[in-house]
Amino acid sequence: MSTFALDQIQQQLPDALVERYVDRAGDAWGVIKPERIQDTARLLKDKLGFRLFVSMDAVDRLHLPPEEQSPRFEVLYFICSPERSEHVRLKVRADEGQEVPTIRFIYQGANWAERFVWDFYGVPFKGHGDLRRMLMYEEFVGHALRKDYPLRGRQGLIAERPIKDIFRGPGTNGVAE
Amino acid sequence: MAQAGDDYDPTPSEDELEAHLQTRNMEINLGPSHPATHGTVRLKLELDGETIVKMDPEIGFLHRGFQKSCENVTWTQCIPYTDRLDYVASLTCNFGFITAVEKLMGVEIPERAKYIRVIGAELHRIASHLTTAGALGLELGGFAAFLYAIEGRELITDRVTELTGARLTTNYGRIGGMNRDLPPGWEENVLKSLVKIEQYAAEVDGLLTRNRIFADRVRGTGVISKDDALDFGFSGPCLRACGVKYDVRKNKPYWVYDKLDFEVPVASDGDNFARYYLRVLEIEQSIRMIRQAIDMMPGGPVMVDDWRIALPPKDQVYSTIEGVIAHFKLVMEGVPVPVGEVYHATESANGELGWYLKSDGSGRPYKVHVRAPGFQLLSALPRMCEGRMLADLIPTFDTINMIGGEVEQ
Repeated sequence: MSTFALDQIQQQLPDALVERYVDRAGDAWGVIKPERIQDTARLLKDKLGFRLFVSMDAVDRLHLPPEEQSPRFEVLYFICSPERSEHVRLKVRADEGQEVPTIRFIYQGANWAERFVWDFYGVPFKGHGDLRRMLMYEEFVGHALRKDYPLRGRQGLIAERPIKDIFRGPGTNGVAE
Repeated sequence: MAQAGDDYDPTPSEDELEAHLQTRNMEINLGPSHPATHGTVRLKLELDGETIVKMDPEIGFLHRGFQKSCENVTWTQCIPYTDRLDYVASLTCNFGFITAVEKLMGVEIPERAKYIRVIGAELHRIASHLTTAGALGLELGGFAAFLYAIEGRELITDRVTELTGARLTTNYGRIGGMNRDLPPGWEENVLKSLVKIEQYAAEVDGLLTRNRIFADRVRGTGVISKDDALDFGFSGPCLRACGVKYDVRKNKPYWVYDKLDFEVPVASDGDNFARYYLRVLEIEQSIRMIRQAIDMMPGGPVMVDDWRIALPPKDQVYSTIEGVIAHFKLVMEGVPVPVGEVYHATESANGELGWYLKSDGSGRPYKVHVRAPGFQLLSALPRMCEGRMLADLIPTFDTINMIGGEVEQ
């Protein structure tokens, strides 16, 4: 397995990399400090040619063994270089309510991915600017993929939203005033 | 003239009551249920005349808590949920998930099972591409191509029914191999169907590709540059349409793709026509791959010989204590997946289908992340459509082939 990207991050941004390990399948992972994720992303995209944004998600570590529970969330970043056929797997650890800097303006694909993470885990992204929910509706309370959100945590019907954005044309449009 | 983002006051002003020609921007909803789009997506559009000024897709109508459901069942019980991700090509999702679990466990599956997976996945890739090409023709007003495409897809569905017992919700394959071998005579049926499918694909190609009306609608519309496509996370035919030669089957071969002789077509225009035509070319390559795979497929078992992973044979369950125990443990506790995490990517019909799996050793997934190709494609739809005509939105929405099931999980 090629570990070019992580080697380069370790060399060029030694203080950004908190931890580095290899998983059971032999793939390398890097844990990045939250405040350095933008620098890392810029290095990957501009200098190392990792231009293909793949995906983002998060893990709620609430039910893991005690030594792995803090900080509570792990935000995952997958970025790829088509030329090298190499995926780089990065993680950022953040506590409840702690803001992670956005990489939306470095990789445009992260826009929706960060909205997804916010929607389901409640990890806020600093500087995102448009952090609406992605799949759930705005009135939904809580974050559904957190481990303390119940499996059958149904929520009641929401009130009908006022319709503002329908233009009915000049006049009363057949509706008696 | 009104600009994007202007606050719109719906009460008509005094002079507007007389003047009927509006110069202000109009906001319309395309969807959630619209005859010209397949998939349940609400597209909030701001129009200036017929030009799209601003676009905001609202998704989530098909969200059913895929990840949450998976976290609460055993690993094997997740497989039916993966059917419902890409419901046009469910075998690719089944096999993708299973392969990721096997990578996490470090299990090597029998050779024959790998060939069966290639055949199944490629059959469903053809089905997905035929649907995309046919539906594109349909929504641009050419009904005939759709009929041929669906006829071809129906043949694949019949073969998949013989193989798995279900038309769409296949639930085929188990961790460690396949749950059952190919039915007798199935390969011959597939080879016969492939001849038919080749003809149908050629019909679709002939009806659409050199059709002037069709070409005018798709050439030069929905263009995205190579840089933007990489940035937004395109993959599959849509990325290759922009000139990036990236295919997981070639770049990181899994199963037996490294033994098969096939080509990955690449285009450079990045428009709707390129995305459509690459799919037509990929159908030919998939047919080629299936013929090779059927030819090269060895005999032998289709499941690993390990009772901790595979169900023991029924006669052993009824006659030996080991069989009873293995069967009971496997059904009640599930496959023992060790503590760990993995990210594994496979190539589905629309692009890179990635799986991040995390196990805490409890027999149930701790986290199942699916990287759906359509999610990233859909997020770039505003970029491809803003500043263009409303009519160009329809072919663009078709060629990115967003599948609600996987995008909205």
